[in-house]
Amino acid sequence: MSTYDISIRPFGVHSILVEWPNRVEEAILEDILQFIQHLENHCFEDELWEMVPAYNSLTLIYREKPIDFDSFKGKLLEWYAADKKQVYREKILWRLPVCYDPEFGIDLEEVSERSGLSMEEIIKLHTEHRYTVYGIGFLPGFMYLGGIPKALEIPRKSKPRPKVLKGAVGLAGKQTGIYPQDSPGGWNIIGNCSVPMFEPKKSAPCFVSVGDKVQFYPIEKAEYDLHKIEGEVGIYKVEKIILDA
Amino acid sequence: MLKVLKSGLFTTVQDTGRYGYLNKGVPVAGYMDSVSAQKVNMLLENDDHAAVIEITMTGPTLEFGESSYICMGGAVISATLNNEPVQAFQVLKVEKGDILSYGKLKNGFRSYLAIKGGFMAPVVLGSRSFFSSITAKDHVTDRDEIPYKSQKEFTPKITEIKVDSFLDEKVLEVSKGPEYEMLGDKQLEALFYKEFHISNENNRMAYQLEEQLIGHEVSMLTSATLPGTVQFTPSGKLIILMKDGQTTGGYPRILQLSDKAISMLAQKKYHDVVSFKLV
Repeated sequence: MSTYDISIRPFGVHSILVEWPNRVEEAILEDILQFIQHLENHCFEDELWEMVPAYNSLTLIYREKPIDFDSFKGKLLEWYAADKKQVYREKILWRLPVCYDPEFGIDLEEVSERSGLSMEEIIKLHTEHRYTVYGIGFLPGFMYLGGIPKALEIPRKSKPRPKVLKGAVGLAGKQTGIYPQDSPGGWNIIGNCSVPMFEPKKSAPCFVSVGDKVQFYPIEKAEYDLHKIEGEVGIYKVEKIILDA
Repeated sequence: MLKVLKSGLFTTVQDTGRYGYLNKGVPVAGYMDSVSAQKVNMLLENDDHAAVIEITMTGPTLEFGESSYICMGGAVISATLNNEPVQAFQVLKVEKGDILSYGKLKNGFRSYLAIKGGFMAPVVLGSRSFFSSITAKDHVTDRDEIPYKSQKEFTPKITEIKVDSFLDEKVLEVSKGPEYEMLGDKQLEALFYKEFHISNENNRMAYQLEEQLIGHEVSMLTSATLPGTVQFTPSGKLIILMKDGQTTGGYPRILQLSDKAISMLAQKKYHDVVSFKLV
């Protein structure tokens, strides 16, 4: 690893920003995740740093005291240069059920008109690709998913809705994603995912991490309702597949 | 229990905030004006993590269910305990049945009420700070009850302090944000030589400013944001993220407020004036 030219910049006194080349690329994301592991395992010892990876950047936050930027930048560059060895990192694929029923897919018709694809083609395209989680933010548990097929690139709606339902699956530009809670939103809504993406009562409230893969699969309304009931009584298990490295 | 007789405009429970979940998109939350909140906690000899009540503009009316000691401070809001006027930054004893009632806002925007040992709102993901979608409530409503421990005896080391108020200060100390270098001369001049008014879009998530800079066409990949990050939209609008602000964003981050500047801004309301000073 450590194959890129990274840039390091101050971001207030409690935070430092490390940036990789300005591209959406899996190899870059993997390098960032490898560096996080290296920092956790060999560099930070007992210090409690928060690390926020997203696309081509890693933000490091330390609240206990101000960061001495120049000396810490030097350390980071040394640590990055020393991080030569690629370590095994479990690659996870989450299979997430989506109900594309018109009850949920309120923009399916419009997306069909704008893309020239039939609704069946939209669902087929949306479910046959594996997406990469490039970031989590905007809302707790909201994934920035990359790797959407060109044909599904639909600009966001000109007028955002005041309320999009929790679980709504949307398309916007080069992105697709799930609203983890009711929220205002301007994405084109094509379905609803029956799996909650953020559960604050759990000690690990969000099962997905940056770098994971996500693939959707279509379910009927009846199955959707069943998942919801299973979720409420706590017996629903999300489908997790370990991919070969 | 603290009984909420009248909730006020937007009253919440806040502590230092929720740490360790930024990579899952969970904002820090926590008291907006940490300078004032830490002072009222300090007078009660609480640690910084003790949860306080954050009062916004119009204060609540509260009834104490057990005896304890309280201290309030931050925005200047008149208040009475059983109809007797009370002072800010002073330790006060309260008894069962006492009623604390807030009146008119005179200066600032957010005031804090601390109690010996802290308010015991439920801990969710390591913090008692209210945040919609994480805690059961995002603000208190009439007839809510907020638990606290009864405290019969307490002799504070200091019973009151004189506070250097920053409520009338308007200069926010900032450092350069990661995308600062994108700014041209005209934008820099406007940023540092002009004053800005707080727009009516201001809350715990973000403060927007009314005056705009010349816009831009810089596009960047989504990256982390922090409380105090000044975002610069393509149309030229400035948005200052606050404690409940989103953890990532796609707008250039041109400035970063100091911790003290975040507290100062938290005391500003619609149409107040601020300016930026690079340190």
